[in-house]
Amino acid sequence: MRCIHVDEIVKNVKEMCIEANHFLSKDVDSALSYAQQSEKSPLGQQILNQLRENLEIAGEDMIPICQDTGMAVIFLEVGQEVHIEGGLLTDAVNEGVRRGYVEGFLRKSVVGDPLIRENTKDNTPAVIHYNIVAGDKIKITVAPKGFGSENMSRVFMLKPADGAEGVKEAILTAVRDAGPNACPPMVVGVGIGGTFEKCALMAKQALTRSLDERSEIPYIKEMEEELLMRINKSGIGPGGLGGSTTALAVNINTYPTHIAGLPVAVNICCHVNRHCIREI
Amino acid sequence: MEGMVFMDKYITVPFDDKTAKELKSGDYVYLTGTIYTARDAAHKRMYEALERGEKLPIDIKNNVIYYMGPSPAREGRPIGSSGPTTASRMDKYAPALLDLGQRGMIGKGKRSEAVRESIMRNDAVYFAAVGGAGALLSKSIVKSEVVAYEDLGTEAIRKLEVKDFPVIVVIDNEGNNLYETAIKDYRE
Repeated sequence: MRCIHVDEIVKNVKEMCIEANHFLSKDVDSALSYAQQSEKSPLGQQILNQLRENLEIAGEDMIPICQDTGMAVIFLEVGQEVHIEGGLLTDAVNEGVRRGYVEGFLRKSVVGDPLIRENTKDNTPAVIHYNIVAGDKIKITVAPKGFGSENMSRVFMLKPADGAEGVKEAILTAVRDAGPNACPPMVVGVGIGGTFEKCALMAKQALTRSLDERSEIPYIKEMEEELLMRINKSGIGPGGLGGSTTALAVNINTYPTHIAGLPVAVNICCHVNRHCIREI
Repeated sequence: MEGMVFMDKYITVPFDDKTAKELKSGDYVYLTGTIYTARDAAHKRMYEALERGEKLPIDIKNNVIYYMGPSPAREGRPIGSSGPTTASRMDKYAPALLDLGQRGMIGKGKRSEAVRESIMRNDAVYFAAVGGAGALLSKSIVKSEVVAYEDLGTEAIRKLEVKDFPVIVVIDNEGNNLYETAIKDYRE
């Protein structure tokens, strides 16, 4: 049994909210660099150059990469030998988000009720996903999610007979419909299998995977590569203004499913694909 | 648009219909002068004010509205990160404002057919700024002041002084739409 005080959770979540909104992880950064070299459209290249310049300004002057600093999505993998002391874990995560967004000059984009729509003024509550794992550590992933791209995400409840081709068509449809709204070049997170909510959760988790890490399942790896190639032939391009860089990566996660179903979720993220991971 | 030369243009804002007619889909334009910000909540309030027969809180004639809600400014800076939000959420409200003389909109993403028709009818223009480049775009904003609906926080109406603020003409007064034309050029 290992004791972790909630103060440590608060401190880390706060720092991670600020870090994720000012510095992209290396994998996203290098995917953008590669795109700068391969983009065919002159206007597309100009936009990619602006995105590069934007990242430099964000880091140097501590201005958030994007003004939509997102709703804070947080994954916690809690080792079952961990004992939390000093308060409730959920409260600690929300306190970390509150301090990160208030003290870090991040935008407060959360409304307390989806229809009454009054801003909570501190960007809480976060959306928190817990998972109990082996060990005596806690792995925290902070993934602030902007809604320009979140709004373009989809769930398709396909039939088993639709097969791999149906899955690919669903993903391509979601990307085409998203077009310029999702701030391309985008990252496409996909969940295949499970249930209605499980595939959506997998799609979100797929966005936190490193962009240069392909699926370990050989046919899924091939599907990721084929879809990335086809998406980049759609013509949408950087900013949706035409070009050969529409997506930086397609990350697919899978799970067993029911004999009657083939759920597919497509969670689209803009090029500001923020994920900050720490283990404590 | 392979082989096509994009025109770089420098204009002052606000501007009239004559200037709007010179802006063509695909032009790269640098705006200098005064623009206003408004997004979902401010548009809803302006629209409801008009429905009640009340006046708008800003003079909209020949002005450009930037669909944007900034992150808070750090000390000594006029504004925080300030990139465009998705314009289609304002589609319900935009035609009524364009009919009152609003000259331009800055946002990102597709517009409805009703908005495109309204742009043509009023000799207006829809510009895109680069989505997700809020830190860079903030460098072209010299001054920012909340002028209406302060209680809306980031969604309040702000008056911005901009210098060489970079935008791209997406829909021009003839109804040409860069999102449709440019994609065709690179589709394989």
